[in-house]
Amino acid sequence: MVEIKNTLENDIYTIYVIGEVDASSSIHLDESISEATSKYKKIMVNCSELEYISSAGLGVFMSYINDLEKSGIKMVIYGLSDKVKHVFQILGLDQLLKITTSETEAKGIVNGI
Amino acid sequence: MPSKKNILRLITFSGIVSWIAMLVSGYLYRFAQLHNGNTETHFFLFKLFMVFFIIAIYFFYRKNIGNQDSFNILDVLWKVFVTGLIATIVSLASSFLMEALKNHEHGRNPYFLDTIYQINIGLIITFLIATFVVWKRLILYQKTKMLIRFWNIFEYGLLASSLFIFTSISFFAGFSLTVLGLLSLLSIILSVNLKWVAYLNFKQKWKSILLIILIAVYIIYFIIILNSFGESKGFTPIYRIFNVITVNSLLIFTLAYCVFSVLVILFNLPTSSVFEQKLVEVINFQKLSQSRNVGQNEDQVFDILLDSTVSVSVANAAWLDIFGEENKLTRTLYFKTNKIEKEDILNKIKSTRIKQLQSSVPSRMSNPNRFTAELKHDIYKSIFVIPIFIQEKQIAVLSLLKDVQEGFSKEIIEIIRTFINQASISIENYRLMDEAIINERYKEELKIAKRVQDSLLPKRLETINNLEVSAFSKAAAEVGGDYFDTYKMNENQLALIVGDVSGKGTSAAFHMSQMKGIFQSLVQINLSARDFIIKANNALSSCLDRTSFITVTYFIIDSNKKKFEFSRAGHCPSLYYSAKEKKVYFLEDNGLGLGILRDNQFNDYVDVNEMDYQQGDILLLYTDGITEAKNKKNEEFGYDRLKLFLEKHIFYSAEHIKDSLLSELYNFCGSSNLEDDVTTLIIKVN
Repeated sequence: MVEIKNTLENDIYTIYVIGEVDASSSIHLDESISEATSKYKKIMVNCSELEYISSAGLGVFMSYINDLEKSGIKMVIYGLSDKVKHVFQILGLDQLLKITTSETEAKGIVNGI
Repeated sequence: MPSKKNILRLITFSGIVSWIAMLVSGYLYRFAQLHNGNTETHFFLFKLFMVFFIIAIYFFYRKNIGNQDSFNILDVLWKVFVTGLIATIVSLASSFLMEALKNHEHGRNPYFLDTIYQINIGLIITFLIATFVVWKRLILYQKTKMLIRFWNIFEYGLLASSLFIFTSISFFAGFSLTVLGLLSLLSIILSVNLKWVAYLNFKQKWKSILLIILIAVYIIYFIIILNSFGESKGFTPIYRIFNVITVNSLLIFTLAYCVFSVLVILFNLPTSSVFEQKLVEVINFQKLSQSRNVGQNEDQVFDILLDSTVSVSVANAAWLDIFGEENKLTRTLYFKTNKIEKEDILNKIKSTRIKQLQSSVPSRMSNPNRFTAELKHDIYKSIFVIPIFIQEKQIAVLSLLKDVQEGFSKEIIEIIRTFINQASISIENYRLMDEAIINERYKEELKIAKRVQDSLLPKRLETINNLEVSAFSKAAAEVGGDYFDTYKMNENQLALIVGDVSGKGTSAAFHMSQMKGIFQSLVQINLSARDFIIKANNALSSCLDRTSFITVTYFIIDSNKKKFEFSRAGHCPSLYYSAKEKKVYFLEDNGLGLGILRDNQFNDYVDVNEMDYQQGDILLLYTDGITEAKNKKNEEFGYDRLKLFLEKHIFYSAEHIKDSLLSELYNFCGSSNLEDDVTTLIIKVN
């Protein structure tokens, strides 16, 4: 099961993905990203407590690649564990999504520094 | 064994013969008497044949009425009544004949009078015995050991008493009277057994009273007729029938039972409606319990519930509100009322004092909707409302109305509650059964889907020179999203693919079948690995849903050039053993899953590699079901374990490596139930 929290600091909207994202819980991830992209231009996804992501969960991130580009939204995923990061890499998503390690780096990217 | 019919015929025949023999010996007795001859032999024969006749008649009725397993009380009473009626008519006819010939010479003929008297003896004995057999059945309606013992004493006593007629003991002697007294006492003791009365309804009770009274009237008629027979003409019968103790006892017994039963039935008349009511309750309850079995649906259960509760509570009107999804009132069943009246009554309830009912069942029945109230309505003075629940959900509310105040006693409410409970059980069963049927249908559909999907995976693997190919695939659920295939492009070229659709189950299975179609079409037009991936992505872009993608690894092996060309589209990196380098490693090239970018941008991310191979090389393709398989400690099988596995198995055949990999995987997981689809394709160069 996944738990999703979010905070809004200045104009940066942060989504915390906690737990495991599988085929059934990926719907919740989809809903929260969809909500974020409809309202905010600067989005950070904190995955430091994401233990596992299934292909369905990756599919959610994948489905926003085009939208982000079109609407000029900056979204950064950060804090991935090595294992989860490897899953993103195998699929090739690391080439299309902005993935960093620390929150500071992530902030820098969304602020366009 | 002679059949029942033949036995009956035989008994009837011997009865008739005995009677005729009795008649003839009577004539002979009379003849001897008139001519001062020896009468004793004829008298003895006469009495003997009379006993034979009694026994024959007894067995006739025992076979005819006494032996049926089940019987209808009114039917047997009717049979006795008819027997009595016929006997009385015949007897009356004989009296008329006697009266008509009163002044005639023949009318005083002793032989003629003997004949008439004996006809009457035959009739009264037949009638008495018929009554006796039926009374026996009624007395033994609900047997106990004690009762049967008493009855046997009585019956054998009657039989034994018939022997008295062969002795010279006078009927009026003290001994005879003692025997008669004892038998009469037994008759009265036995006559209190009237349990069958309770099983008659009101109408049947009245009919029974009538029949029994008529039966008694017949018996009394015969007593009168035979007692005074021929007295006016100075006629003395050969043997007065009422001097036989057996006949006397029978008379006392049958009459006593008539009196007892009429009295008991009369006293039972006022309570019979209660008994009938209880019977209706039981039957209705049974209907509710069995409603599932006779293929009724929910509506019928509601109908029966309304009918039964109205009838047990003797309500004057009622309605049943039935709720559908989200507690919305879907419809209302009315009994002797309508919507307008219902609204009117509901409005009146608001202004009256509502008495909430405490329930003995805590959670589900103790709902605020359950109450009784007194009404200030023109017709109805009290109302009782009770909800019906299934799994904590209110599915209906029953309202009963009565035209008297405080019309719903505690007992009636309890009975209604049992009906409600039974109805909700029936409906719940009905719903569970429906769900089970639907689930069963889904299971069948999935089985079909599984068969279809199994047919999509290759039955036979293609191969070319010196290559040994082995594969395995198993879906975690009925259907899965893993795919592998082989295609022999020409004598020297073999195409291989392993793929994995994102997600699981049915949707994955549909995309997998699309992938199969794309592979089979594209592989035939001799594309390079790069073009294959690009065209596959193009084709899939239009048919995958928003969040779905497919990862594949595509290989073209050329046995002439001893080379292979491959591209990894987001799929798990293939494991390779190079015999030349004596090393196992993953082919970690860049690449992007199919369907992630659905336009030409994708082409920039396609990466193709080429490698030489030599004898002893091993290529191990797989899906993430293997690397992500977890053991009980929640550890993944992982890339390292897979690599280590291949390092240990480099000298084995592809087939053997496949089998070992599966057993190692199952050992690792500790069960044969995998959480994800598992596929592997192994190629070894020989």
